[in-house]
Amino acid sequence: MTDTRKLTIATARDLLRKGEVTSAELTETYIKAIDAAGALNAFVHKTPEIARAQAAAADARLKAGDAPDMCGIPLGIKDLFATKGVPSQAASGILAGFKPEYESTVTSQLFADGAVMLGKLNMDEFAMGSANESSVYGPAVNPWRANDSDAALTPGGSSGGSAAAVAADLCLAATGTDTGGSIRQPAAFTGTTGIKPTYGRVSRWGIIAYASSLDQAGPMTKDVRDAAIMLKAMSGVDAKDSTSADIAVPDFEAALTGDIRGKTIGIPREYRIEGLSPEIQKLWDDGIAMLKDAGAKVVDISLPHTKYALPAYYVIAPAEASSNLARYDGVRFGHRAQLSAGDGINEMYEKTRAEGFGPEVQRRIMVGTYVLSAGFYDAYYNRARRVRTLVKRDFEMAFADGVDAILTPATPSSAFALGKESADPVEAYLNDVFTITVNLAGLPGVSLPAGQDSKGLPLGLQLIGKPWEEGELLNIAYSLERSVGFVAKPARWW
Amino acid sequence: MSIDIETARRVAKLARIRVDAEALPALASEFSAILGFIEQLNEVDVEGVEPMTSVTPMRLKRRADVVTDGEQQAAVLANAPDAREGFFAVPKVVE
Repeated sequence: MTDTRKLTIATARDLLRKGEVTSAELTETYIKAIDAAGALNAFVHKTPEIARAQAAAADARLKAGDAPDMCGIPLGIKDLFATKGVPSQAASGILAGFKPEYESTVTSQLFADGAVMLGKLNMDEFAMGSANESSVYGPAVNPWRANDSDAALTPGGSSGGSAAAVAADLCLAATGTDTGGSIRQPAAFTGTTGIKPTYGRVSRWGIIAYASSLDQAGPMTKDVRDAAIMLKAMSGVDAKDSTSADIAVPDFEAALTGDIRGKTIGIPREYRIEGLSPEIQKLWDDGIAMLKDAGAKVVDISLPHTKYALPAYYVIAPAEASSNLARYDGVRFGHRAQLSAGDGINEMYEKTRAEGFGPEVQRRIMVGTYVLSAGFYDAYYNRARRVRTLVKRDFEMAFADGVDAILTPATPSSAFALGKESADPVEAYLNDVFTITVNLAGLPGVSLPAGQDSKGLPLGLQLIGKPWEEGELLNIAYSLERSVGFVAKPARWW
Repeated sequence: MSIDIETARRVAKLARIRVDAEALPALASEFSAILGFIEQLNEVDVEGVEPMTSVTPMRLKRRADVVTDGEQQAAVLANAPDAREGFFAVPKVVE
């Protein structure tokens, strides 16, 4: 029998439909694999009973011939998604013990299609971070290690647990969310594939909010085909999210022809940042050559406001976070601090929030509070929103000039050692320098593994697409994936 | 722009986060670094540019003003740190 841990969603789907494997068998394999992978700290709340019940139900559906693509597929779910009756705490102490009475729209849709939940996955607290080091559960660990080294590496953030779980074959795929690169950066660090869809493609209802105008959920998978399959299952308009778009969801998988002849790929000169490592530069050049070989036309383009995307993000995201996270005050859910005699409601708020939020979350809430405060609102927040308009306009002009997609590196480096994230917040934020523009502009972006560096660690390339054209974007990614032929897996040490 | 300790204290207060006095200098210096980085935005000519309100140019959806949900007191209170007699309980708010 085939090694069920090496399956993709597509291959598992076919085996399940043919009756060559059952979801119950698949699910047991993954439950065992998760139990043996504690060293990765990827799964933080395991749900084997739910998984077994969902697998049994999926097997019954499969037998009856009712088999949506995701039917019987074991998944990991990022801790940011509210899952009914299951701890959902955004890796934060302030949501300790919180068990939602409701199910997020994304997980509802996946479960309605028969998907199986193995458990909740580690992440940066409230999705704030690029190294998974701000998690109250402790960091998730990258299954990849550098050649001849035992040093623990970051799987990236904030969807670090999702990326580690997929890379280590602890699930067939996982949900992620991406506010500034939190799907694409961890995908790049772990040799997996992740797509952030167009803003509005996937409902945000029931996903614990970080920065509402930027947050978007997407799949983290082993390859491009799986990303297409799972994205379709997650997408669609939702009455509970007024920003979800009432636009038909195409069959993204059907768009994967691999034929990109005549497509125009833009290479933005502003992404050739100072100090870009020669390895990343070569990866990018190789990607360009492959797309040319596949028949695409490659053109240089300019996105002149790129430099200002990161500072604009670090106004807008904290501003929205300070507002969204105001609800964590010890009244309705989660942690409440012990109060001293005579403490009033303000002491309760202040102590609860000081105890419940980690340092990075506190910092971002306070930066957001500052930029929104009287006298600074126009100078910081409104100016950042104007710059955001210009960042988006750069992309619109490139697309209007005939560019179909844009190729860039996904990250400035391969995965770094845990504990090595810069203590300087500004330097740490640079991890998202290639991805953050995409969130500001609301565009779809995909990261796929495209090579390994001299240390043997995976590196990713990012393709950015036109709004609502995830199918075309994934098809270009599919063509690149076939040219790259990335098959490396981390050596098992855990 | 440099953030002084007094400003850091005020921001912490506005954010309803208790910060110990001895932690304020480090916090102020972190804020200064972050805001210094943000200052780059002043280089951009934003004259006549509309601040973005929605990344997709669509009118915010509206729904009929009708009750669609309710009768869920137990579910609403299920996660409360302190609930009594069907209410959220908090320390005294009004003297």
